[in-house]
Amino acid sequence: MTRYEYGGDEFIFVELSESMDMETNFKAIAITQKLREENIPGILDICPSNASYLIRLDPDLVSHKELIAKLKHFEETVNLDDLEVSSRIVDVPILFDDPWTHETLMRFRERHQDPNSTDLEYAARINNFESKEAFIKAMTDAPYLVTMIGFVPGLPWCYQLVPQDEQIEVPKYVRPRTFTPERAFGFGGAFSVIYPVQGAGGYQLFGIAAAPIFEKEQRNYDFKNEITYPKQGDLFRFRSITMDEYESIRKEVEAGTFRYQMKEFSFKPKEVLEDPKKFADDVLRRLYT
Amino acid sequence: MIKVIQPGIETTVQDIGRIGHYEMGMPPSGAMDKYSFHVANYIVGNEENAAVLEATYMGPELKFEEDAVIAITGGEIPPKINGEKVGTWEAIAVKAGDTLSFDFVKMGARIYIAIAGGIDVPILIESRSTYTLCAIGGFEGRALKAGDVLKIGQQKEKEAEIGKRVEENFIPKYGKMHEIRIVMGLCSYRLTEASKRKFLEIDWLVTPEANRVGYRFKGERLDFVEREQPFGAGSNPSNVVDLGYPIGSIQVPDGVEPIALLNDAVTGGGYATIATIISSDLNKMAQVKTGEKVRFVAVDIDEALRIRKETKDRLQEIKQKFA
Repeated sequence: MTRYEYGGDEFIFVELSESMDMETNFKAIAITQKLREENIPGILDICPSNASYLIRLDPDLVSHKELIAKLKHFEETVNLDDLEVSSRIVDVPILFDDPWTHETLMRFRERHQDPNSTDLEYAARINNFESKEAFIKAMTDAPYLVTMIGFVPGLPWCYQLVPQDEQIEVPKYVRPRTFTPERAFGFGGAFSVIYPVQGAGGYQLFGIAAAPIFEKEQRNYDFKNEITYPKQGDLFRFRSITMDEYESIRKEVEAGTFRYQMKEFSFKPKEVLEDPKKFADDVLRRLYT
Repeated sequence: MIKVIQPGIETTVQDIGRIGHYEMGMPPSGAMDKYSFHVANYIVGNEENAAVLEATYMGPELKFEEDAVIAITGGEIPPKINGEKVGTWEAIAVKAGDTLSFDFVKMGARIYIAIAGGIDVPILIESRSTYTLCAIGGFEGRALKAGDVLKIGQQKEKEAEIGKRVEENFIPKYGKMHEIRIVMGLCSYRLTEASKRKFLEIDWLVTPEANRVGYRFKGERLDFVEREQPFGAGSNPSNVVDLGYPIGSIQVPDGVEPIALLNDAVTGGGYATIATIISSDLNKMAQVKTGEKVRFVAVDIDEALRIRKETKDRLQEIKQKFA
């Protein structure tokens, strides 16, 4: 059952579902897209998230009650078949089991469920993989849908395009870390993330992205227009790379010549929901041909 | 030009904030006590959104290298010019060569120093506000340091009347015990009924973790309704599928130590939020110090909107008097 809630006098929070699934995420996109199209004065922020959405409003310009009535109407009438998600398929190089996140996770071992293994070993084990290599393969075989942006500027929540029974799920740290390196690749609940900047964090740490997703100096091509790169609806393929490739990408980034391998693409939710495996294969084929 | 001799504990450049970019994970930043922020700009005759200095717990020491008109509002951290006491909530003329300094804090936690013309720093994503976590906006993306030199801007609308003061009944007073009004909701369905009551009945102690990102409180444990955790949420009963956090929302990770998220907070995450501080009382929250106590008082949306209007009307009245 959907919950419509007041976040004080300036926010409306709508929880479409307590649990995560792709259909709910598409519904959040569809409703918020519809709201955006209406261009209602007094709507300050429209933030679709994983299985919910958040709106900031100026109550002097738009009434809470009228807006909620409108949102309820959207919820009842929105049809996912009408939704076209404009997306980008992006190759995101990750160095797994890297020295920097390893140093961090060892430093915060006493805040972890299993102080005697690394985050990768622990997550592989509780998800029933025979080795961390097999676990990394599963995380990198299928692409992910960016289902939400937030926490800090540009952080993408990524949900893998596999059937629900193949989804990887891990707990968050028992107590959050006070430090996470910039560009760390983490996993919490059913979501993987890249931390745009260094800071606190509670997700399991598996590796580090070679390229930035936040660049306030706006030096590299992908940051010319905005200081953050990920957008909701993007399709990210995390690709496992070697230390050699990591170092060569770092050099490009520092020289300001890095550019993500990316293909523009749009799709209908139905294509994903009916056969995620086929959709995922199609996405990868498009990216690398 | 204004030279920073001593920066204080945390003095940053702030304006109304970076509003409308929440979707990309950008918190608004901006002045925490908007009431004091607006009044300071009214007194010196500035445009609505001129940037001011926000100083926390301790005032800075500033040397003016040109004549200026300033106003100091917010909590009570008594100001001095060349060692002589001067007034607050009023327009003060400062001469080139004068030094502004402050005594220890007497009441509240934050002061606002407005300068006629505003503080001139580059605009980044529609705002001059400092967001230190990502080192953007304000003065080089950080709190002021000794030796920094600030430029005075052009955002003056009219000449201020020197010595004109805000009437006493418009100046907020703060004790050591604060009532902060909230609207219960968001994911408050996760708390047991007993814990919802407890949340409103306890005097919460403000911990040393109290800054522009958020305030953490100590009190008693709150319990969550037992359930099988939904798919994707994570294993702790306080976890939810990651969602957006309203500014002023309160979460209780693991049921211990509630955290109120403020201007520089994270915009979303995986902890159940249970209530939101109403916009008028975010101003009050900015004046709460570590070691003081907070009682949360529940109001409904109609009451929250009524209080909002009251605050707006008061500001409008002050604005008229300085127009």
